[in-house]
Amino acid sequence: MLYQSFLIKYAEIGTKGKNRFLFEDALISRICHALKQVDGKFDVSKESGRIYVTACGEYDYDDTVEALKKVFGIAWICPMFQTEDRDYDHLKQYVCCYLHQVYPDRNRTFKVEARRADKRYPVPSEQMNRDLGEVILDTFPEMRVDVHHPDVLLRVEVRAAVVNLYSEMIAGPGGMPVGTNGKALLLLSGGIDSPVAGYMVAKRGVRIDAVYFHAPPYTSERARQKVVDLAKLVSRYAGPIDLHVVNFTEIQMHIYETCPHEELTIIMRRYMMRIAQRIAEETGSMALITGESIGQVASQTVQSLAVTNEVCTMPVFRPVIAFDKQEIVDISEKIGTYETSILPYEDCCTIFVAKHPVTKPSLKVIRRSEEKLAGTIEEMVETAVAGREVVRCG
Amino acid sequence: MEAYFDNSATTKVFDSVRDIVLKTMTEDYANPSARHSKGMEAERYIREARAVIVWSLKVQEKEILFTSGGSESNNMALIGTAMANRRAGNHIISSNIEHPSVYNPLGYLEEQGYEVTYLPVDHRGHISLADLETALRPETILVSVMYVNNEVGTVEPVEEISRIVKGKNPAALFHVDAIQAYGKYEIRPKRQGIDLLSVSAHKLHGPKGVGFLYIDEKVKIRPLIYGGGQQRNLRSGTENVPGIAGMGEAVREMYTDHQKKIDQLYALKEYAETRLGELEGVTFNHPLGREGAPQIISASFEGVRSEVLLHALEEKGIYVSSGSACSSHHPGLSGTLKGVGVRQDLLDSTLRFSFGLFNTREEIDYAVGTLKELLPVLRRFRRK
Repeated sequence: MLYQSFLIKYAEIGTKGKNRFLFEDALISRICHALKQVDGKFDVSKESGRIYVTACGEYDYDDTVEALKKVFGIAWICPMFQTEDRDYDHLKQYVCCYLHQVYPDRNRTFKVEARRADKRYPVPSEQMNRDLGEVILDTFPEMRVDVHHPDVLLRVEVRAAVVNLYSEMIAGPGGMPVGTNGKALLLLSGGIDSPVAGYMVAKRGVRIDAVYFHAPPYTSERARQKVVDLAKLVSRYAGPIDLHVVNFTEIQMHIYETCPHEELTIIMRRYMMRIAQRIAEETGSMALITGESIGQVASQTVQSLAVTNEVCTMPVFRPVIAFDKQEIVDISEKIGTYETSILPYEDCCTIFVAKHPVTKPSLKVIRRSEEKLAGTIEEMVETAVAGREVVRCG
Repeated sequence: MEAYFDNSATTKVFDSVRDIVLKTMTEDYANPSARHSKGMEAERYIREARAVIVWSLKVQEKEILFTSGGSESNNMALIGTAMANRRAGNHIISSNIEHPSVYNPLGYLEEQGYEVTYLPVDHRGHISLADLETALRPETILVSVMYVNNEVGTVEPVEEISRIVKGKNPAALFHVDAIQAYGKYEIRPKRQGIDLLSVSAHKLHGPKGVGFLYIDEKVKIRPLIYGGGQQRNLRSGTENVPGIAGMGEAVREMYTDHQKKIDQLYALKEYAETRLGELEGVTFNHPLGREGAPQIISASFEGVRSEVLLHALEEKGIYVSSGSACSSHHPGLSGTLKGVGVRQDLLDSTLRFSFGLFNTREEIDYAVGTLKELLPVLRRFRRK
């Protein structure tokens, strides 16, 4: 294998000033975690503003790149040839050898971009560009120089101990390393939107836990398994997720028997938010995340969102709030949750849904309906929160 | 307590089946086509299984083709004969209560230019013989009808169907999907005028992933799977020795003291009918007692959704299947239930209880007791 190492480039972390090392360390820790799933042993190190991943011995290249493509904070993954041999004549051979192996079809234009990080190196970078270009042209007569739009931009970095050669750059997911921005609790339903919402917030460096409202026998074991599967899919990006499974049947039935049917969904959602907030407070999450999107269904009109939001004191992140359904579907396909999300198992929001649920609920009316629940519902909420089951995903 | 009433989906294997499957996987595991004696040892299991099946149907050994199960048998029967008899005609007759493994291959054949007539059924689930007679034409090459319906357990009059088919068009072939019937009935293809018969092992306490297709020697048929030429070139691929041996053993068990076993199933069915009948708001959709298959009960529970009732029962260790899988957004309701005239409001409230030889009366009592507790609670929360 030609490539034993990868140069990892990060974007936003570079702007973090004195806290930068915190972000770099978090990124290294996320990279190490991601590579645990890959065959091979890796050394992950940082050296003046860059991170190297080096394989120690045999490893699986494709799996490694796939794993790195899921680590938030990485802007670019550059498979790299690295040698400790800094001899200038040898370097010329390494360059030819590199091109020979990486580009079997040599009918391409190229440009050499050399850099001397170690200024004590005897050859200045301009000189290196010219010399190496000449060697390449001599060795591969089919190749031509194009300094503006080369097919192959070969970077040569001479550092204090090593020389790095790389020309390929694979896009990473961007964002910030998970763990650099606190923790939030995702309301995960099993639909298309909530996994995407979780992914988007995790991308900003936020650790994720999730809560799922289970309503047996109205929702099935398969519906629950589907949510566990979705949490695992999101955890490939977001890192380990604690999924809190809350039994919601009793609360749902109580609301169903006590409140006007058109208000069922909105009142249910208010209780879901209350329970989620309780769990978030207990487990160190500082915000809630939902997959709500304006106007998608009756419970997501602006009026409904306002009434639902009213029970929350924590910030509620709704990253897909202004997305069209298709835009959300596109992301879910990209992150691999779509196929699982569309499996046809009922969730507890649809099970007793009214034919014409309220779309413009009034807070006053809803509060008055909720008053009828008082006396019994508090204990039901206690039981639901205390009796929740926690499933570690990822 | 656990009560498994989903034996028409699949069954637990007999202990003797488990033993022989294990033996063929751990001791006599050679390739049955191998030239050495260990290969012959493996081949012996196939011979024995074939002999038992032949004994159960009174047919010839060369007329049995081992397959991967009911779906492949049905596919082979329909596509294999349609392709081989294309020059004789392109018309096929079937019914609209067939299993998807019949229905979908027929859809494929329609794409390939064949014409298919789907006969409707009456309220008992029987195809109309008059309709059949009208549908038959000189270019009809194949008629395919199921023996026992998998959702409501009605038994089609296969002998009469065959008589009508052969009377009007002696060249037309008659295929019977006997996946819910084999093991429950004494089937005599030669006497009943059946040219092709599909069977699956795991419905009669045999292993999954194995079955067979009976093909009358005079039937022209083409293979679906090409390769090393096993099974006289009709189905290539190393024979599934553990599966075939297990199937043979299940057939032997099932057809030994057969009438006693069938009586046992009918006794369970009739007991369950009596006990379930005690419950309020229950309607049966299957032919009662000995009018229908011995293992299938279809019951509708007014005011309860089948999916919910199924999950509520599963929490108590009772396993049944719903007449149809559907959600509020995707009402994909059963064609059979509609076909036999189940009331619109009961279509989505229907459960199938299907029995096997391991079930007991105590299990039925337990299920009825559980239903007595569950139904009033679930009915309180009807969808408004």
